[in-house]
Amino acid sequence: MQGFLDIFDIYLLEAVVNGILLGGVLALLALGLNLIFGVIDVTWICYAELVMIGMYGMYYMVQVFGLPYWVAAPFAILLVAALGAALHYIVIAPLLTAPPINQLLATGGVLFILQSFATVAFGIDFRNLGIRLPVLAIGEMHFSYSRLLAFAAALIGMLAIYFFMKRTYTGTAIRAVAQDRQIMSLMGVDTKRIYIITSALGGALAGLAACLLVLQYDVHPFVGLSFGPITFLICVLGGLGNFVGGFIAAFVFAQIISLGGLFSDLEWGYVLAFAFFIVMMFIRPAGLFARRS
Amino acid sequence: MNSRYIAWAVGLAALVALPFVYREPYHLHILVLILIWSFAYTAWSIMGRFGLVSLGHGGFMGVGAYVTALLWNHLGVSPWIGIPISMVAAGVLALIVAYPCFRFRITGHYFVLVTLALSGIVLQVITATRDYTGGSLGYTPNRAPSGKGLLALQFDDKTTWYLIALGVWVLGLLVWRWVDRSMSRYAMEAISEDEDAAAAAGVNVTAEKLKITLISALMTALAGALYCQYQMFISPDTVSGIAVSLQMVFAVIVGGLYVSLGPTVGAIITIMLAEVLRIGFGTKAVGWDNLVYGVLLVIFIIFLPKGILGSVLDRLKTQPKPSGTK
Repeated sequence: MQGFLDIFDIYLLEAVVNGILLGGVLALLALGLNLIFGVIDVTWICYAELVMIGMYGMYYMVQVFGLPYWVAAPFAILLVAALGAALHYIVIAPLLTAPPINQLLATGGVLFILQSFATVAFGIDFRNLGIRLPVLAIGEMHFSYSRLLAFAAALIGMLAIYFFMKRTYTGTAIRAVAQDRQIMSLMGVDTKRIYIITSALGGALAGLAACLLVLQYDVHPFVGLSFGPITFLICVLGGLGNFVGGFIAAFVFAQIISLGGLFSDLEWGYVLAFAFFIVMMFIRPAGLFARRS
Repeated sequence: MNSRYIAWAVGLAALVALPFVYREPYHLHILVLILIWSFAYTAWSIMGRFGLVSLGHGGFMGVGAYVTALLWNHLGVSPWIGIPISMVAAGVLALIVAYPCFRFRITGHYFVLVTLALSGIVLQVITATRDYTGGSLGYTPNRAPSGKGLLALQFDDKTTWYLIALGVWVLGLLVWRWVDRSMSRYAMEAISEDEDAAAAAGVNVTAEKLKITLISALMTALAGALYCQYQMFISPDTVSGIAVSLQMVFAVIVGGLYVSLGPTVGAIITIMLAEVLRIGFGTKAVGWDNLVYGVLLVIFIIFLPKGILGSVLDRLKTQPKPSGTK
């Protein structure tokens, strides 16, 4: 019995640490979605599909064209940032005055387009980069470098966004638009330009997430479905548009998924996360850290 | 008004008589599919027209299909009992998710995202319990021994299925009409305009929304169960998940959200589109139908938010419709 407990504790600790590492990437995704919601007041249902396209971009650049990972990553980020800007310009901009639900459903249409585009263009095979990063062993615990790298890069990405928002003129303008759309356009801020920049930033975050996720998971046209729903739950639990709430909620959910996956399949971790979410909605309906309006 | 009833009666009689005159199995098969999906889309539009945009209906449909099939295969429960049980299960699921949403006023974006997650989670559960449900490979209800087809609700005869689907489709339209004429409709329209004002005017906001959601979820589960019984094969991708939910939204918006036959028109268009692409491109069509769906969905929302039938009827009447596109 004692031996069993020892093993159990080590697995538990490993799961907790892995949960924290997973939380970094989820927080990155939630940040991108929150940024777009906070500024443009639109929810991109197809956000996880942008990540999927980025993952394919990485796959093709690294596996097919033979670029090194470090060279390919910036291109992938740029690619998805351009996609985000295009998504705003083509789909969202004409619908800015339409009811919010229509904007949301239009991005649902884009989800269809991206998924089926990937199916048609890349096929439904599972593909991976073929890069195997070593595994770090601390005592009897094992952590893959790809997760550590993902966590560190996600934190750096989030810090970069934070300083961009706080220290630059454009960042300040973005935060101002998030607070009051009408007034800022009267104050001489070009809201159209701010929207495009924000969309590109949201896309860039999705691109960064794609570069990190492609190290850990195989890419296929429906890969977005495996982390898309959980990202939405995180954003709702944290409060849509609330950056700090989304950040903390991401780590809470990552722990639940990781610990749930310890006791059973990973899918059950997701189910547990959803059950937790429903319970939390009874307790804190407007999100963990509801902003007073 | 009388001429309208006559038109409906004649149309219905023609639809009932059709399989006795025309027996081409492939065309009947397409008609059955159109009728079953029309029913599911109508179920969605009962909620959707009041601004309760749910992307969780793929989940309800999956529950309807899988619970019925699992009860039959594992416990030998006849679908005649299994379908009501599966509908109750979907209803309970709807209440568990919808009650906190409505009670704590989770509306708009938040509601869509929560229901979206719901359909994602149902898909995950079906995949995770692969020992029982066959996971993503799909699931087939056991064939009933010969002579027990009625008990197992399995018919080889396309005409029987056509009549069942027709009956259910008419039922769906009747429910739509019943809601359309009830006080609930006015309550729900008030709620979709302004929840506070509706509550101040004495509308029990939570109860009204729950009622509509429950009706919609029960109907969707029935559609899922019938689809399973008819096709004799279900997979998580065809009856549950986000793609199915979005497909419902797409069909209803293309057909017309605020008119009773709108979802039916949407079903005709989407299923014909899928079939034409499938025949035109063969196996290469995998993915193309969804690509066309997606592009059309975006175009329709931008340029024709009332849908085909809705816009046509508007042109014909040229009188303002009481429709908040909210």
